[in-house]
Amino acid sequence: MAIDFLYPQYEVVRNYDRCIACRACERQCANEVHFYDPEFQKMMVDESKCVNCHRCVSLCPTRALKIVKTDHTFKENANWTGKAISEVYRQAGSGGVLLSSMGNPEPYPIYWDKILINASQVTNPSIDPLREPMETRTFLGKKPGKIERDENGNLIPNLSPQLELKVPVMFSAMSYGSISYNAHASLARAAVELGTYYNTGEGGLHQDFYQYGPHTIVQVASGRFGVHKDYLEAGAAIEIKMGQGAKPGIGGHLPGHKVGPDISKTRMIPEGTDAISPAPHHDIYSIEDLRQLVFSLKEATEYKKPVMVKIAAVHNVAAIASGVARSGADVICIDGYRGGTGAAPTRIRDNVGIPIELALAAVDQRLRDEGIRDQVSVVVGGSIRNSADLLKAIALGADACYIATSALLALGCHLCRSCQTGKCNWGIATQRPELVKRLNPDIGSQRLVNLVTAWDHELKEMMGGMGINSIEALRGNRLMLRGIGLTDRELNILGIKHAGE
Amino acid sequence: MLQKEGKIRIPAGCAISGIFHKDGTRENGTRIIDSIRTMHDRSNGLGGGFAGYGIYPEYADYYAFHVFYDTPAAKEECEKELERHFDIVNLSKIPTRCHPRITDEPMIWRYFVTPLHVKLTSSQLDEREFVARFVIRINHTLDGAYIFSSGKNMGVFKASGFPEDVGEYYMLENYEAYSWTCHGRYPTNTPGWWGGAHPFALLDTTVVHNGEISSYDANRRFIEMFGYSCDLLTDTEVITYIVDYLGRKLGLTYPEIANVIAAPFWSTIEKQESAERERLTYLRNAFASLLFTGPFSILVGFEGGLMALNDRLKLRSMVVGEKDETVYIASEECAVRVIEPALDRIWAPRGGEPVIVRLNEGGNQ
Repeated sequence: MAIDFLYPQYEVVRNYDRCIACRACERQCANEVHFYDPEFQKMMVDESKCVNCHRCVSLCPTRALKIVKTDHTFKENANWTGKAISEVYRQAGSGGVLLSSMGNPEPYPIYWDKILINASQVTNPSIDPLREPMETRTFLGKKPGKIERDENGNLIPNLSPQLELKVPVMFSAMSYGSISYNAHASLARAAVELGTYYNTGEGGLHQDFYQYGPHTIVQVASGRFGVHKDYLEAGAAIEIKMGQGAKPGIGGHLPGHKVGPDISKTRMIPEGTDAISPAPHHDIYSIEDLRQLVFSLKEATEYKKPVMVKIAAVHNVAAIASGVARSGADVICIDGYRGGTGAAPTRIRDNVGIPIELALAAVDQRLRDEGIRDQVSVVVGGSIRNSADLLKAIALGADACYIATSALLALGCHLCRSCQTGKCNWGIATQRPELVKRLNPDIGSQRLVNLVTAWDHELKEMMGGMGINSIEALRGNRLMLRGIGLTDRELNILGIKHAGE
Repeated sequence: MLQKEGKIRIPAGCAISGIFHKDGTRENGTRIIDSIRTMHDRSNGLGGGFAGYGIYPEYADYYAFHVFYDTPAAKEECEKELERHFDIVNLSKIPTRCHPRITDEPMIWRYFVTPLHVKLTSSQLDEREFVARFVIRINHTLDGAYIFSSGKNMGVFKASGFPEDVGEYYMLENYEAYSWTCHGRYPTNTPGWWGGAHPFALLDTTVVHNGEISSYDANRRFIEMFGYSCDLLTDTEVITYIVDYLGRKLGLTYPEIANVIAAPFWSTIEKQESAERERLTYLRNAFASLLFTGPFSILVGFEGGLMALNDRLKLRSMVVGEKDETVYIASEECAVRVIEPALDRIWAPRGGEPVIVRLNEGGNQ
């Protein structure tokens, strides 16, 4: 009906002087934007299907294509924007919940960009990482807070199980199902090469990937998909997923059409059925229940593996983290509201949760105020975009960071935010074999290794500039940060001074 | 307006020197003053100080509190607190001589005290913890009073000024110690506050420090979890608290403390044989937040011993000399040679390698 007509958001601009009608764009586009018109012997487009993923643009051999934002407009209105109007039309037409993917794109403040980093001058030498050791190795896990000695007076190693990271970056949870087999293979192999960890997400662990177990964090989420004894034992650590930054307070939904034979087997659910994770864990209605699950998992794995608890950054995150720290968890993972997702209700993604910068600062300070910061490690994600974000997170108090969106970008994702359609032209967020095979895990894992290695170099360079040659001396070192353009209140929460102070 | 120490963090360069008699021989403060005088240019007149061990044999069983007061009201308030918690067996002004270059002096008092039995018992703390908590509380909460020395049979003497002038001001020729450490300060931005001078002390642990630890805020925010309050925002303060925490509270030995605060690089640890590798990895991981980075050379004085330690890259100079039973440690060799030209041996310890000397009959560890 005409009332529901929405002008396409993007226009595909084709330079017909360059187009040779090779039809590569047509073959590449799973959204079926491009087609060949034999009558006119030229390529045509249906731009209403375009998600702006740049697959056709990237592969066009004559660089004949570009995608532009349409200049078609509603009458200008600062309140009723084109987006707001279109969303009303869509919902009036469908009666459905709006769905989106990837992290919150709205123009809220990005605190990382309002924090500046220190450097040494005169009183303290900067250190050149090319000439001196510069250490970024990190251990995650509970610290003992006391020593014990044997009868000869030697120290007894009384540490709880620890995760050793060669770089303070891990790949955050993305389930097999939400992303492809080849994407998982790329992450797993990169984690092995980097000496860090990737995370299965809540989709279980494919049999082929058990070999990467020592570099795998296996997740236990509210749906318990794919959780069994071998799975728990396969990983280096177990993560209980209580929440996700992109959609705090709700569960997950993998539509049945994505549940093919392999995924069905891995998740331990019938083929073609929707995989729905409940909003809460139905055995955890309070903090004492969480403690029981933490210790059930520890019992099941004979206290040999750290148990991590992942929560979304919500308003009272500091108090929640304190409760989690006292629940026996070895690591708390906090996911900010910019964290990605394969699919989330748009309203929730764009309106629920708080920035990770503020959540991290509040949690770290709260744990210190209570004297329990050392009983638990803190890992943050959502979103860490580069090595400067990483450094600032560690200086605010994080032990390490989780990255996922950055990792997908390294694999070719162009952030078109259409993962929920399952037609990812880059072979990442799809289960269609012809699309999945576009992502080569040899190349994918190498690109991930490149990315994290580059960040590690930059991290070391910045640390050296500050005169710090070991990552533990950066952790929580908030004097190395200054705010710019922040209010007193924001500075207070971040626990940093303003530039010039 | 310039902010006073404690309101703002002030980096400082410095000179340090120490003399230790392993046989327990005691000497007065003349030579240690001569030693630090030689390094005059490493200070800028904004702070100097000394720690002497074995100086109060007649009161060896009592905690000697040295206190700065800004006002009579602060003194009255502090003495009231002292009387509530301690038996004061002796109190007096600390003797000083008029000195043209030492000005703006606060009131400087000394108390020999022992915790009141009833208070101590009801606190359920061991005696040293009781005393440490009292000192931290007064320094944190009582404006205008500052307890800058609180050990037994030892004392800290410090002021704003050049260290040799400070030594003369306190008439250190009248004190005899088996262990002396001293410090000349070169802060980069401060009006110079007496309390900010080194040594920094808690119980019998004293620290003099040359350098600027880049890990400061990571260390501070960690150690403050355990009841310490870093009011001065100086490296020396946080180093003292960390040494106290690791040694007195957790029971690590001085070599182990050195392995934590100046931990070997991972590349060095990996080269060790397996038991040593495991031990070093454990210490580094378990106490990761107590690692110091950035340049430092420190002398940690304690009852019966002295530890000298450099940062792991050795970004500050420090030499150790030996003559018979006496050990000399200083930022520069000249400061040793000037008081002992004929050394048996002199060397520069490697970065992160502690030099620990003790009284021959054994110290407190």
